[in-house]
Amino acid sequence: MHFPISGTDISPTYLVLIGFLIGIMGGFFGVGGSFIAGPALRAVGMDWNYAVGTDLAHIVGKSVVAAKRHRALGNVDLRLGLLMALGTIGGAECGAQLIQMLKRTGNVNSVVSYVSIVIYVSISTFMIWESWRTLRLQKRTKKSGGGPAAAKRDETSFKHVTRAIQNLQLKPMIALPTSGVAAISLWVIMAVSFVGGLFSGFLGGGAGYIRMPMLVYVLGVPTHLAVGTELFEIIISASYGTFSHAVKGNVDILVALVMNTGAAVGAQIGAIATQYFAGPKIRLAFVPLPLIGAAIVIYTLLTGHKL
Amino acid sequence: MPARKVLKTEASQTLRAFLIELAVYAVLVVGYLFAIQHFFLGRLLQLEEKHLTLYAVVALGLIIGQAVVLELITTGLLRLLRGRSE
Repeated sequence: MHFPISGTDISPTYLVLIGFLIGIMGGFFGVGGSFIAGPALRAVGMDWNYAVGTDLAHIVGKSVVAAKRHRALGNVDLRLGLLMALGTIGGAECGAQLIQMLKRTGNVNSVVSYVSIVIYVSISTFMIWESWRTLRLQKRTKKSGGGPAAAKRDETSFKHVTRAIQNLQLKPMIALPTSGVAAISLWVIMAVSFVGGLFSGFLGGGAGYIRMPMLVYVLGVPTHLAVGTELFEIIISASYGTFSHAVKGNVDILVALVMNTGAAVGAQIGAIATQYFAGPKIRLAFVPLPLIGAAIVIYTLLTGHKL
Repeated sequence: MPARKVLKTEASQTLRAFLIELAVYAVLVVGYLFAIQHFFLGRLLQLEEKHLTLYAVVALGLIIGQAVVLELITTGLLRLLRGRSE
């Protein structure tokens, strides 16, 4: 099928299948999946600028479907999502400015590549350690008579740090009853979303691989809610990104619409699947995602071909 | 009926419903692509060439609108085929 806006010929079946795969991941992990969609669009000959903008547009559609499903399952904290969107947009702008600064000094590619490898590998290493430890603790609790209910609770081995962060008395303090957080400083929420946005603007994509873990470990949001809320927040931030790219002529909306037909089914399957897994297991399954991102960057550095 | 047999029957029913759902959905998607190609393509191309800001607004509206409609369709299909709200 010919897509005249970007001037590419792509099989619609290919687009639907890619959308389906990313939809499942998005619904289950609360990530945009741009580290797969971008290279997948590039692989069939789409220009890099169109691949980035079109991917963002498709992320909006997929996130709407997944967030609606998560909302029906009670997994979305609207208040937190709206607050996070503010910080994310601010952070994304700063990240983009940082890129412009590095462009002027002439070493943008190497800096972004090395920073992203360190970030991706650190997230994966930390999450594998934490979720493994939590699962072992839960197993022990079960053996010592805590019962299956205790094992199913969404605990983290990092909760002492999360509690200390929640106890920071930096006014204004706000409550997040949906997420079960009695009080937390607004500045902490803003900082978390700003950092997420900064990486989104700096490394590209939605940066769900950073924000989802931060929601769990820094803000203390249960994993299922972190996934749903992150998707809701992505709708707002990716819409902003789509608009910004579309104005610059970087969005082939027809490609995004076709991808979204597959993503709509995948996102629903992914969202429903979260109901069958406890928080630590979702976090453990999340570990390969940042590693795939790191592998793509390493491949680019070694071969010089941008995937 | 033994528990294993009940589980097996449930699994095969779910798989059957899913396959029917996929077939119905595939027909809808093909129809949808045909409609886009014939009714929207020319107008979208014009917008993209001459009015980028309007194109950005329309693009966002289309992707969000499509997502809402697709969510309604897939939920409706699930209800129809399984006889309950998912």
